[in-house]
Amino acid sequence: MPKLTIIEFSGKEHHLEAEDGKTVMQAALDALVPGIMADCGGSCSCATCHCYVDEAWVSRLPAPESAERDMLECALDPLENSRLSCQLRVTAHTEGLVVRLPKSQV
Amino acid sequence: MQSDELLAVIGAGQAGAELAVQAREAGWPGRIVLVGDEASLPYHRPPLSKAYLAGAVSVDTLSLKAHAAYEKAGVELMLGRTVERIDRAARCVHFVGGESMVYSRLAFATGGRPRRLPEAALGADNAGNFHYLRTLADVDRIRARFVPGARLAIIGGGYVGLEVAAVAVKHGLHVVVLEAAPRVLARVTAPDISAFYEAVHREAGVDVRTGVQVECFELNRDRSRVTGICCRDGARIECDLVIAGIGLVPNTELAAACGLAVDDGILVDEHSRTSDPTIVAAGDCTRFHSALYGRSIRLESVPNALEQARCAAAALNGKERLHDSVPWFWSDQYDLKLKMVGLSQGHDRLVLRGSIEARSFCAFYLKGRRVLAVDTVNRVPDFMWAKRLVVEQIAVEADRLADESVPLKSLLPQ
Repeated sequence: MPKLTIIEFSGKEHHLEAEDGKTVMQAALDALVPGIMADCGGSCSCATCHCYVDEAWVSRLPAPESAERDMLECALDPLENSRLSCQLRVTAHTEGLVVRLPKSQV
Repeated sequence: MQSDELLAVIGAGQAGAELAVQAREAGWPGRIVLVGDEASLPYHRPPLSKAYLAGAVSVDTLSLKAHAAYEKAGVELMLGRTVERIDRAARCVHFVGGESMVYSRLAFATGGRPRRLPEAALGADNAGNFHYLRTLADVDRIRARFVPGARLAIIGGGYVGLEVAAVAVKHGLHVVVLEAAPRVLARVTAPDISAFYEAVHREAGVDVRTGVQVECFELNRDRSRVTGICCRDGARIECDLVIAGIGLVPNTELAAACGLAVDDGILVDEHSRTSDPTIVAAGDCTRFHSALYGRSIRLESVPNALEQARCAAAALNGKERLHDSVPWFWSDQYDLKLKMVGLSQGHDRLVLRGSIEARSFCAFYLKGRRVLAVDTVNRVPDFMWAKRLVVEQIAVEADRLADESVPLKSLLPQ
């Protein structure tokens, strides 16, 4: 299973393995990583699973579609490397992915 | 375990699952038992009437959390179990079948069940092709007959009915929607928005009929199947499948029977506490005072269920997390992303921004200069700003809301 690392705002690191095809959001929920609220359950409707993709990974992930781009405009503290973790899938191509969580999702 | 205390969470929907796990995160030291009457792991309900019905996602993607997450949180799952009654004096949960469990603290997250059709229609309730839609099992039964060419009659033009209609017509079914009110979504949106949704569905091939009262059902000889629906206006609709979506009834019977204060919802305060200090409640089964609207409300909403569950989890651990989140909802139909924030009751003016024809607009429900609620269609960024207009009760000028050259963001305090 592909590995990924989620780093809380506090700096606490979570090293996870997730099934191929699972979203980063779901992997975080399954591992009880605090800081991913995921209020809409991954339907790209709430922006409470906002994360920052490690710079080294930004260009290696599929670009966000328009629905995600729209949501990101209204996430709290958006940056160039902002993504919604419900739209990021863990695959063999993302082995070693690193994402960081913002200060708050609400 | 550091403690003998036991937290029993009754109901394993979105509120119950969140409450159980967050209670641990917030520091609950003893056992946590999550009781649900369905056999499956707690799951997302919104996709049931959308992607899952369409067959676009598999059942395993519906789980809220993996089994391992409950293990990690030390939440014991007691699934497929029905609670018969609560004995508050003895702090005891009694299960159907005779077993019981003593609790230190209790949480009700019993959700709701579909409102049933009136007595006259009950003959259809037992027919194999007549369904309500609330659970995974409901949808699995529906899907067996959800085939191209089938004639589907949907009773109720609310969110569930319309979401099902959208999926069904795309799937090749012949779809009729029967709505008793003069327009669809009458309970939640303005006439302009209802008219828009009716037009969209008709364009897609759905036969939307409003102001139609269902009079009776025609059943086959052994009464195992509905073959037709008779309407009061004399119309008769032949069908292979019937789905009724006419609202939700909160599951408050257990709470009422054990003497908690209940009034169309288990009454809770801003900490999700019921009238018994050892018992909290969260989600669709509750009624609470909304400071934002100055009245008591009951919401049928996932975001509300989650937020209330988090407040309840905090309260169970002696922490404070006030529940006064603004209600918001979403409904996906065809290419339309409808997102709504606030409650529009009592508005005196409707202001449109954008173009209904272009399928991209906002509808603001104003009372004086205050924005009570906003519906947005395919306007996600606007929705997020609109949410702040509602929450922060910002005074606005109607003509500026309507003026697309004025960014909504600029109406907020800078």
